[in-house]
Amino acid sequence: MNSIKRRPTLQQQDARTAWLLLAPSLVILLGVTLWPVISTFILSFFHAPTGINQVRTFVGFGNYLEMLRDRTFWETIGRTLYFTIVSVGLELILGLAIAQLIHSRPWGWQFLRFSLIIPWAVPTIVNGAMWRWIYSADFGALNGLLMQLGLIKHYIPWLAQPNMAMNLVIVADIWHTMPFVALVLQAALATLPGDLEEAAAVDGANAWQRFWQIRIPLLRPAILVALIVRTVDAFRVFDIVYILTSGGPAYKTMTITYLTYLNSFAFGKQGTGAALSFLISAFTITMALVYIRIFYRPEETQ
Amino acid sequence: MSHHKLTQKLWLSLLTLPVFFFIFFPLLWLFSASLSTQVELFAVPPHWIPQAPTLQNYLDIIFPSQAASSVPRTFATALLNSVKIASAVTIVCVFVGSMAAYALTRIPFKFNRSIQLGVIATRMIPEVSLVLPLFIIASRLQLINKPVVLVLTYLSFALPYAIWLMAAYFQTVPIELEDAARLDGCSRLGILFRVVMPISVPGLVSTAMFVFLLAWDEFFYALIFTSTLAAKTVPVAIAEFVGRYVVNINGMMAGGILAAVPPVLVALIFQRYIVRGMTAGAVKG
Amino acid sequence: MRTLYKISLLVLALLFVVGTVGCASKQAAGSVTIHVLTMDQAGLKPAEIDQIAREFEAKNPDIKVNMEYLGYDFIHDKITTGMAANPPAYDAVMIDVIWPDEFIQAGYLLDVTDRITPEMKSGMFPASWNGVTRNGKVYGMPWLMDVKYFMYNKDMLQKAGITDPPKTWEELVDQAKIIKDKGIVEFPIIWSWNQKEGVVCDYAVLLYGNGGSFVDANGKPAFNNDKGVEVLTWMKQTLDDGLTNPSSISSDENMVRDNFIAGESAFAVNWLFQYSDSNDASKSTIVGQAAFAPMPVYQAGADAGVKGSSVDGSSSFAIMATTPYPDQTWKFLSYLTSNEVQTRYSAEMLPVWQADFEGEALKQLEGATPNNPVTVPAFLAQFPYANERPTVPYYNEASAALQLAIQEALTGVKPPQQALDDAAAKWIELAGK
Repeated sequence: MNSIKRRPTLQQQDARTAWLLLAPSLVILLGVTLWPVISTFILSFFHAPTGINQVRTFVGFGNYLEMLRDRTFWETIGRTLYFTIVSVGLELILGLAIAQLIHSRPWGWQFLRFSLIIPWAVPTIVNGAMWRWIYSADFGALNGLLMQLGLIKHYIPWLAQPNMAMNLVIVADIWHTMPFVALVLQAALATLPGDLEEAAAVDGANAWQRFWQIRIPLLRPAILVALIVRTVDAFRVFDIVYILTSGGPAYKTMTITYLTYLNSFAFGKQGTGAALSFLISAFTITMALVYIRIFYRPEETQ
Repeated sequence: MSHHKLTQKLWLSLLTLPVFFFIFFPLLWLFSASLSTQVELFAVPPHWIPQAPTLQNYLDIIFPSQAASSVPRTFATALLNSVKIASAVTIVCVFVGSMAAYALTRIPFKFNRSIQLGVIATRMIPEVSLVLPLFIIASRLQLINKPVVLVLTYLSFALPYAIWLMAAYFQTVPIELEDAARLDGCSRLGILFRVVMPISVPGLVSTAMFVFLLAWDEFFYALIFTSTLAAKTVPVAIAEFVGRYVVNINGMMAGGILAAVPPVLVALIFQRYIVRGMTAGAVKG
Repeated sequence: MRTLYKISLLVLALLFVVGTVGCASKQAAGSVTIHVLTMDQAGLKPAEIDQIAREFEAKNPDIKVNMEYLGYDFIHDKITTGMAANPPAYDAVMIDVIWPDEFIQAGYLLDVTDRITPEMKSGMFPASWNGVTRNGKVYGMPWLMDVKYFMYNKDMLQKAGITDPPKTWEELVDQAKIIKDKGIVEFPIIWSWNQKEGVVCDYAVLLYGNGGSFVDANGKPAFNNDKGVEVLTWMKQTLDDGLTNPSSISSDENMVRDNFIAGESAFAVNWLFQYSDSNDASKSTIVGQAAFAPMPVYQAGADAGVKGSSVDGSSSFAIMATTPYPDQTWKFLSYLTSNEVQTRYSAEMLPVWQADFEGEALKQLEGATPNNPVTVPAFLAQFPYANERPTVPYYNEASAALQLAIQEALTGVKPPQQALDDAAAKWIELAGK
């Protein structure tokens, strides 16, 4: 008879503890997101015009195929990738540099760390309104500054330039979110044990070598997290476009989430909007997996 | 301090100047606009320092009864709502999320990988896409326009975010510490609460800050799920400075500055508790 | 672990059940609350509408009115989400003149034809019903009538030695050149050509002034015929000649107003609000300098018999089809738009009742505010020529296509004919779906 209860193995104990720790999070996440995600997924297979008493026709993969065949869709993806790569790239470089700068304790480093919070603390809508005002063709600070420095002869309608507009949105976005990267990396730097680098210094490694061969690898988890979070968020950017440019001029700043919003809210095509949502997820999941594959070393010890 | 170190410090300190410029130039312009009258805002070339500065924009918000339009009057309430909601989201995320993050990064068990992927996956769908189904549910539960609905919907993207961030910090905690504690006979939970958490205070505090700001910042859900002062948050109040024909830019900028104050205060308070890596000594022995 | 697993599943199931099964709430016995969503700053101020709501509640003790005010840009999204719920989040909403077709097709609006009394029908301006009537059925109550006006800065014209404002767009170009050459302002004309509805409004004004139209008698796109292309080419030409401010491409109506009242332009086409702002000393540097003139037309249009052209930008109130309280909501709306109430607030907003524009009432109306002696005659002169934008259910997408086309032509990405042809093709595609 196998009714003797054996003392749980370490593995079983571990698993029990894990579930205990995870339970509250899982309950919340499943409770709030399960139904919306499922219903959106189901909706993506229907032609679903907005409205009451609207007939929903099953179209299978129709919405997905329609999008994948649409030139605007691919142009928008390209534009969104441009935004993501440039934005995240610059944020990472600047963020790392500034984190390192703070870590090396120059004069006023506390004030610097504190000041970084401010652009991050300004709500996106204020950020958008502020930059829209700075870029204003008639009254903006950018025009005023460049004019006074003698760099331009006339005021330029910045947001009306189809080729400049996306870069301007990127600048506005970087100003607001680069502090996030800087602070994540700075906090990670603060928890790094100093002994490894001390040992290396004793062995004769210079600052540059210590930086690249010891510090960066130790920061790998934090960099990875910042990279994934920012990439996924940048790809899904919406609020700043909604406020700063509404996708213009001539759709040159329209990102993929904005296109989804237009379909669901302005054009009344909820099936298409739902399909777009999952296409976006496909892209972002792929990106996250790529990052993890390239950078993730779970057992990385010294 | 040696001469070499002094020059190094000098160079580093000079490097902070461009960073300060980058951060403060737009902010000072924002601040200047908040002190201007509408006529002054439209001056060409721009008045960097307002020639006729006025505190009226701030007064309208802080002393609502004498404000001309209704928007500033309601700003203080919106501010309070934002504080309540962001704090609630932050507390839940940090407590609940840190436990989950530890389980996922340090405890090997059967579903670890799949749950990790699941948590990451919830952040892949744009928030905009889930608004309509969430609205329908919230409406059935009579939660529209109650602050709790924003807390719940924010948790949907704030919690994965928090778990993610804290997982990263936990990974930078050297595994030797945990091994040492294990050898001393600690259970998993013991390791978590007695060893890992105290060391990860910088990470926890940073995560709290990020979650707070994430919730503070959120606009679209707040716009859709709230309709009156009972639950309206700061971003929505700011959006209201833009009426159909009245774009009260100077008022909006004043509101923007005030809107940034609570998060900055939070950051200031938390900064005291961020301690640099204290573990350096602990492992050597 | 088994037990934990079971507990978690139970909690999940519970949440699921709670999530899908709603609970109905009970209203306080006898009293009904209706929710009304309206545009912030459209016509009356929120404080004033609140006042009217309180008056109504006093007269109807078992109806409570819950007003919500929101900026124009966000109302459409809120209506879409609000109507997804059952019962709907709102019982009545203020709608823009371009939304009825989309909303009627979506089944959002209640048919109120039978509730309109004959005195309402004849008492309000006939043109004000255009915005809410489709196929003989009425779906709302007129509220705020607005059209685009042609405003100019008389001081600038005087300085340039020009005695009368232009009657045709060709004259406008000539006058603008004179003003520019004399160095009075660098860019004499400002428009709202950014990628939003505003550019379609401006285009509508110009298109109809050329004798063109959006659709032909069969409902097929007509804006890409030579009349439409001429207009778009003309628009681009004024940009290239430095007469139209290049910032027009990223300006909406608010920015046009900002530009005009800062004295940066001599000619600005805009809704009525621009005039009172121009005389507001706390914002404007051109107090007393703005004036109205009838909207110009093209010479070709005048030759073809077009007497005037503008675009309708009115708003009205509609009842949501799925509201549980249609009668109470109707009661409130008729009170809100009644002659009695509107006359009392006529200083803040021009009433929709014709009686207010006749005889003694007219004199009173004109004297109600310092701006009225100018704005009232301007309104009476311009409103009859208000053209509607296309009344199709897919208007949002169609307008987006047209906005894109105009922007592409103005920024030189595509030649005007091609841009308009592409937009027309999109309209045909949308009509087919």
